[in-house]
Amino acid sequence: MSSSVERFDERARREADRVGETVVHRGELLRHPVYTRVLHWLVAISFVLSLLSGFAIYSPYLFRWLTPLFGGGPTTRFLHPWFGLLFDIFFFFQFLNWLVPMLWTKADSRWLRRIKEYTTNEEKLEPEDVGFFNGGQKIYFWAIVVSGLLFLISGIPMWLDHVAPRWLVAASYIVHDIAALIMLAGFIIHIYEGTAAQPGTFRSMTDGTVTKEWAWTHHPAWYEDVTGRNPREDYERAQRRQRERARAIEAWEHEHETRERINEPGTEEFPER
Amino acid sequence: MSDERTLQIQQISAHPGTVPGQGAQREVEVAKYIDVTTCIGCKACEVACVEWNDHPFRETTFDNTYQTMPTTEWNYYNLIKFVEHERDGNFMWLMRKDQCMHCADPGCLRACPADGAIVQYENGIVDFQQENCIGCGYCISGCPFDIPKFNPKTKKVFKCTLCSDRVGQGLEPACIKACPTGCLHFGTKSDMVALANTRAKQLREQSGFQNAGVYDPQSIGGTHVIYVLHDATQPELYGGLPSNPQIPPSYTGWKWLAKPAGLVMAALGLLAVFFHRVAVGPKLPQPEEPPPAEAQPDTIEAKRKEKP
Ligand code: HEM
Ligand code: SF4
Ligand code: SF4
Ligand code: SF4
Repeated sequence: MSSSVERFDERARREADRVGETVVHRGELLRHPVYTRVLHWLVAISFVLSLLSGFAIYSPYLFRWLTPLFGGGPTTRFLHPWFGLLFDIFFFFQFLNWLVPMLWTKADSRWLRRIKEYTTNEEKLEPEDVGFFNGGQKIYFWAIVVSGLLFLISGIPMWLDHVAPRWLVAASYIVHDIAALIMLAGFIIHIYEGTAAQPGTFRSMTDGTVTKEWAWTHHPAWYEDVTGRNPREDYERAQRRQRERARAIEAWEHEHETRERINEPGTEEFPER
Repeated sequence: MSDERTLQIQQISAHPGTVPGQGAQREVEVAKYIDVTTCIGCKACEVACVEWNDHPFRETTFDNTYQTMPTTEWNYYNLIKFVEHERDGNFMWLMRKDQCMHCADPGCLRACPADGAIVQYENGIVDFQQENCIGCGYCISGCPFDIPKFNPKTKKVFKCTLCSDRVGQGLEPACIKACPTGCLHFGTKSDMVALANTRAKQLREQSGFQNAGVYDPQSIGGTHVIYVLHDATQPELYGGLPSNPQIPPSYTGWKWLAKPAGLVMAALGLLAVFFHRVAVGPKLPQPEEPPPAEAQPDTIEAKRKEKP
């Protein structure tokens, strides 16, 4: 079973790489292949559409804001289940694709215990045992798996609510809402982490690559896996090199500026000289 | 009676804010009175309803009873439920006119997510406004009486209007007008309750129905359609009339408390993320690029000192 999933994923990745392309420049690492990226954005688009059309119906305070996006109330109601179904289908493929790297490990439990240090940026580098995905990313992934199932199970009676039993529809309504609220919370954090909170991350889902600095900062164990080098040592070497370079530039600028000032005729700028 | 007040709106589904014009007039609630004990099952009201609402005749279902079809339908608002009942070894018909109860606390309206798809008028009539209906069908699961019905073709939900269009013109509902026995009456709620109580008392004292009483369930604040039953302790006998009708908590506590709370939490989450960026700042790939030399305050300071 798992091997047939692997074979499927490998073929899908190969086919996607034949159509698309990922250019890895010097100093960069491949993070997400074409297949993963395409899936990710299919999931993201269908999710955002489901989110907006769903929250239009969720609350009277959003109804008038969000239904016009979809051409009014009736079309919103008509489209939402289809968006949701698309989301579930796309995410199912992402689930297969990411199942293995998303499996929970001891390192993730350790990561979770340090969540406070993580959110307050206490340390410049992530702990050495943080692999391809960190504990938080894995929690998000599994939350989507669970929510995706809940959405489906509770969504069907609500979709066909003129035939489903009354109590089932009423109960599904609550389950659907809870799944949506969990997903919304995760979504807010996810976008923030993927963009403003961690510069250099967003390109992993567009270009497919990240810089080596990004890799040893956020996922040291993964860096070690793919480069065979020690992330800590490479970081320290880069740090030394950068310090030296900064010092050299400063020295050069200092010298350059003094010389300019002497040579230039416009020394009237400092008349007393 | 209440003709000019019929169109005074009391509640609007999923409508943020107050109802325009609410409370501008003295409250006069209407009610339909149905005496189940004198109904003869002639179905004149069924026909009158279909006629007045201009619905085409639909197919009926024969299942060895006199009942026209199993339940009301989107274009058949009014149905006499025929129940064969045995009392003291004698056979008797229980014939109940089934239609929307026009609940004081309408589960359909509470469940509806569409602004303006269901309104409750000041006089108590609960009316669906199909032009605002989005066809979600939540009202069906919110109703304790299984009344709203979905029209798959137009994707809209329909039910008895209590003839709000007639009542608005000072007329009584069509079903009332058609009834040949006088088992149906229409008037203010207090008048109808008084009439029902008198009739129930008569049934208890003169006809040997010790349990006779009025059905006006208080679990949903009363209804604007009230029944006189031979046995008010067992409304379930009359084709599944619930003795304690309830609106699912999904549309009460959850919808009015948990849902807004969820939205507030989401808004707080957005703020939290924003202020995390402002206060804690991003996590940059290490080592960070050092800031450009001339922008460093100590360099500027040094340069200033250089100047003689
Ligand atoms: C629309 C805005 C979104 C942005 C900007 C965004 C950005 C990203 C980025 C940059 C990554 C790569 C992280 C890494 O390589 O470590 C990623 C991963 C991922 N995305 Fe998104 N994404 C968005 C929406 C979504 C949605 C709607 C879902 C699913 C409901 C989703 C599910 C995931 C998952 C499960 C991962 C892997 C785990 C993780 O990085 O947290 N994304 N996303
Ligand atoms: S009986 Fe049902 S449809 Fe009629 S007002 Fe009550 S809840 Fe609404
Ligand atoms: S189907 Fe019922 S709950 Fe949904 S919008 Fe129409 S009236 Fe409201
Ligand atoms: S009040 Fe009007 S709509 Fe309702 S059952 Fe009677 S005739 Fe039909």
